[in-house]
Amino acid sequence: MISLLLGYVGKYKKNAILTPLFTAGEVLMETLLPYIIASLIDQGITPGNMAAVYKYGLIMLALAFVSLFCGIQAGQHGAIASTGFAANLRQAVYEKVQTFSFANIDKFSTAGLVTRMTTDVTNIQNAFQMLIRIAVRTPLMLIMAVIMCVRISPSLSLVFVVALIFLGIALSFIHTRVGKLFNIVFQKYDELNGSVQENVSSIRVVKSFVREDYENEKFRKAAEGIRGMFVRAERVIALNAPVMNLTVYGCIIAISWFGARHVVAGDMTTGNLTSMFSYVMQILMSLMMLSMVFVMISMSMASLRRIYEVLTEVPDIQNPENPINTVENGQIDFNHVDFAYRTGSGEDTLKDIDLHIHSGENIGIIGSTGSGKSSLVALLSRLYDVKNGSVEIGGHDVRDYDTEALRNKVSVVLQKNELFSGTVRSNLQWGKEDATDEECWAALESACADDFIRALPAGLDAEVEQSGANFSGGQKQRLCIARALLKDPKVLILDDSTSAVDTGTDARIQAAFAKKIPGTTKLIIAQRISSVKNADRIIVMDDGRVDAFDTHENLLKTNDIYADIYETQVKGGGDFDEAK
Amino acid sequence: MTRQNNTRPTRGPGGRGMRGMPAGKMDRKKAGTLMRVLRYMMRYYKWHYLFVLFCIAVTVYTQLQSTLFTRTLIDQYIAPLLGSAVPDYGPLAARLMRLAAVLLIGVIAAYLQQRTMVTVGQGTMAKLRVELFSHMEKLPIKYFDTHSHGDIMSVYTNDIDTLRQLIGQTIPQLFNSLITIVSTFTSMVILSIPLTCLSLVMVGITLFVSKKLAGRSRGFFVAQQRDLGRVNGYIEEMISGQKVVKVFCHEDKAIQEFTELNENLRSSGMNANKFANIMMPVNGNIGNIGYVLCAMLGAAIAINTDWGLTLGTLVTFLSLNRNFSRPISQVSMQMNTIVMAMAGADRVFSMLDEPVEADEGYVELVNVKEKEDGTLEETKERTGLWAWRHPHQADGTVTYQRLQGKVTMDGVDFGYVPEKLVLHDIQLFAEPGQKIAFVGSTGAGKTTITNLINRFYDIADGKIRYDDININKIKKPDLRRSLGIVLQDTHLFTGTVMENIRYGRLEATDDECREAAKLVHADGFIRRLPNGYNTMLTEDGSNLSQGQRQLIAIARAAVADPPVMILDEATSSIDTRTEKLVQRGMDALMKGRTTFVIAHRLSTVRNSDCIMVLEQGRIIERGNHDDLIAKKGRYYQLYTGSAAES
Repeated sequence: MISLLLGYVGKYKKNAILTPLFTAGEVLMETLLPYIIASLIDQGITPGNMAAVYKYGLIMLALAFVSLFCGIQAGQHGAIASTGFAANLRQAVYEKVQTFSFANIDKFSTAGLVTRMTTDVTNIQNAFQMLIRIAVRTPLMLIMAVIMCVRISPSLSLVFVVALIFLGIALSFIHTRVGKLFNIVFQKYDELNGSVQENVSSIRVVKSFVREDYENEKFRKAAEGIRGMFVRAERVIALNAPVMNLTVYGCIIAISWFGARHVVAGDMTTGNLTSMFSYVMQILMSLMMLSMVFVMISMSMASLRRIYEVLTEVPDIQNPENPINTVENGQIDFNHVDFAYRTGSGEDTLKDIDLHIHSGENIGIIGSTGSGKSSLVALLSRLYDVKNGSVEIGGHDVRDYDTEALRNKVSVVLQKNELFSGTVRSNLQWGKEDATDEECWAALESACADDFIRALPAGLDAEVEQSGANFSGGQKQRLCIARALLKDPKVLILDDSTSAVDTGTDARIQAAFAKKIPGTTKLIIAQRISSVKNADRIIVMDDGRVDAFDTHENLLKTNDIYADIYETQVKGGGDFDEAK
Repeated sequence: MTRQNNTRPTRGPGGRGMRGMPAGKMDRKKAGTLMRVLRYMMRYYKWHYLFVLFCIAVTVYTQLQSTLFTRTLIDQYIAPLLGSAVPDYGPLAARLMRLAAVLLIGVIAAYLQQRTMVTVGQGTMAKLRVELFSHMEKLPIKYFDTHSHGDIMSVYTNDIDTLRQLIGQTIPQLFNSLITIVSTFTSMVILSIPLTCLSLVMVGITLFVSKKLAGRSRGFFVAQQRDLGRVNGYIEEMISGQKVVKVFCHEDKAIQEFTELNENLRSSGMNANKFANIMMPVNGNIGNIGYVLCAMLGAAIAINTDWGLTLGTLVTFLSLNRNFSRPISQVSMQMNTIVMAMAGADRVFSMLDEPVEADEGYVELVNVKEKEDGTLEETKERTGLWAWRHPHQADGTVTYQRLQGKVTMDGVDFGYVPEKLVLHDIQLFAEPGQKIAFVGSTGAGKTTITNLINRFYDIADGKIRYDDININKIKKPDLRRSLGIVLQDTHLFTGTVMENIRYGRLEATDDECREAAKLVHADGFIRRLPNGYNTMLTEDGSNLSQGQRQLIAIARAAVADPPVMILDEATSSIDTRTEKLVQRGMDALMKGRTTFVIAHRLSTVRNSDCIMVLEQGRIIERGNHDDLIAKKGRYYQLYTGSAAES
């Protein structure tokens, strides 16, 4: 996993390697300083030799400047490498998502994908920067300092060995305890946030039933529970600093005692003793940093895993080897099709669908929620693949077409449709990139969207806010239809796309279709009988099966479900509009 | 732009992209917020916090002792011992024991400090969370309309978390740094004034360079935040519309646009990070240079003068010099953290400062018994008989008025924003026991009217009366208790089906809940669920179909058994046949009580006593089914389906 992700460092590899190298330089200089100060003391101050003071002083100054240079270089290369890595990763995830089929998207969910590209990438960027700068710095510092100590006095260095063993045991004890506790804490924390989320979205229910106090009590209990767990976990962490202090102080006292004896005995100089004190600090500081790095990296592991999931997901719809690039006509054949969603309950959503539709036919589809209408049409432009059987368009299996060629000729207006921020024109041009003004207006006219666009001062250049928030539901639907029409499709599918359009306009749109695109096969899913009753034939869906496929008149006579819907809607008194 | 529909005010797109900009400057408002955080902390944990400060002082003191000891060691023990023929280590051992004792106290103080801080930090957080939540529950619906749920959530998650760090870590650290600076500086002055001056110069240079760097980086950070906001916004929009992208084969174009934004972010991020990254080495190495200069100057003084600068003093001074410059560069980092945390704190406080739903009502809803003489007597138990309890301030008496369920609206105007009315001059008379229906297209204002009756929103003009009492005089909780509402959007809670039904009336028994479910024909499907009534519902009942969720929501309202019921598209996802059965059950339950029904299936409303046809916020027709058919107006058109041909 790590190696695959590290591959995305790409052209910033040079910077990613230079960063730790420069950091190493900086560390080397810093650990040399106390060593040279010992010489300055022993050869300069103690004998009162100013020349030696200047000599070692200037050497140290030079070291400090080299260290400064290395530090700046490391910082800059680190910034280039980490931001470059993040950008590459973001790009890779984004491009990967573009290859996803509907089934892949369903699996991750929109929100899941957005989080991966935003929060997770940022987490990884920070961890990566940390890794190439601090994670190199601290162990190096530790090693260098230990080496220098051993050089000065191998026997005194034993003090460090004892200290390190003590510290290692104490820290690993703390971290294993805390790790377990924190796992529980984070889970509870998610639950707490879940309950806030629930209350925010259900605030009307809470207020309607006057349950504010009840919810408060529930929340208070949960918050108290979390506090308890957190306190338990943090009390263990609270040992961290005292343990560190204890070790440092222990070292100072031990070095003072043994060091004094060594100096007095003459096998160590006073200068050396002072540099030992400096190394104590350097060693312990780097240990402290090291435990911080571990925490950072373990935190970013979750993000890494989530991004890895996306990058290794196999798009389950891929182009065939020798694809067919042209769709001959709008003939549609479902040959004993079974279909199930991968993420669903495992039960087949569509069962044994066998339908044959002639090119240019006008087909209505009706049925209750969950009966499989949207799933049926989703198979046509190969948004999902069938489980058994086959779907053919223009006499060829949809799996034999080039997906892009197929989708350009099989135009779907989705149930949950989206406009994008930009202008009316830029949205329409999704259908045809080089659409002229005339073509745009023609499409708008067919979709009965010309009147309200004409009413806007900017016309085609009128601004569209994110997800088309500045248009009403019915207007958005008509713009989406116009956009789909610009593709000049062989098959046009409207998945409940006129639900927010009033009945009159709906009828006008259908009339326009009949006149302007007679050769296009039209499939119209609707809740309203009035939207489908003038179709050549009507498919009645029920529980994943085709219950009947016939004309309005015949269905009224022979099909119970259709007659029942007709009864409630038309005889029982129309329908204002569908809120859905 | 045209917003032709009567839509509720929409929220801005995509949450907030601009979080945590490094400002570096503390303006007056931020200082005010900081004071408020401190006050909040002090409110519950004053003594704890003072104890923590004391512990920090002890810790710093012992740390200083450990540094100063080098001088004692070299000058007072090693130097004399070096001269003596038979070294006596006894005094040194005794001195080291004393030092060990002091240092041990320091360790204990450090532990106590950390441990107390846990109590303070987590305790404050828990209190703040609970306070925030209970305050949120009191906020008016309007608040939830105008703030995206993501933003509200992020107050609970991100902002409170920043505050926890501020209270638990940054502030104690800052205090630690300040004490260290002061005590170290004092020791330095005592040890050597000329060296101290040199140290001060170096610190001055450090501060100057940091300030320059911070100044130059600020622009880059702003650019980074801006580009990050753009990239995140683009990702959100495109991924939300990903299915449309697929259907239109728009992938290449989408990648192309993204690449450009992503590259911008990379370059501004790179610049910002470059500056941030060199801060640490620059500060550290200026510190190193200062260290070396001090060593040289100190050596020169020690060798060439007789100012009494001993070797021990010089070595100690060098360590102190480190301890002095480190906290100074830390302070500037801590200040930055504080400034950033203030942005989070601001959001927390601004939510706490949101005015809660105002309630000047004084009339209460009570259960009553009818005494033999016809007067009403208040009682605790459920009698199925309700009354309005009016306290009279003038003479301290209380009168009871029987709840009947008469609702009238007189000339009501309303707009979600004052500039744009969505309801105009609504007149409505619902006699007790009537079934009133609202029909009209999406956005006509049907739901809005019912939201006015339960005072989710307050009207701009006109009067709403409930049993001839102005609803402003009724306490909101009591008003809402008297109205059972099944909302358009079904929301269920995490818990069992039984718990969800009982939400309507907390003291309802299991049998009463089952009865309610049977009444609305939810019993059948619930019993077929894996664990029947004990099936857990998660994530808003995502394991149920839309229709099943609606049935549970109706059962929930039924178990509340309210005097007045509002059904807002309550059966829209239930198939026509089941709907008839549900309707029959509800009609039986609400017999003799007032019901408001909103529906788009006209069959649902046909048997209503009065049907209001709404269009663009006005009632354009009213009457019962037969009246309206005879009128041959809008209702007639819809009912006969002749609109399409007209």
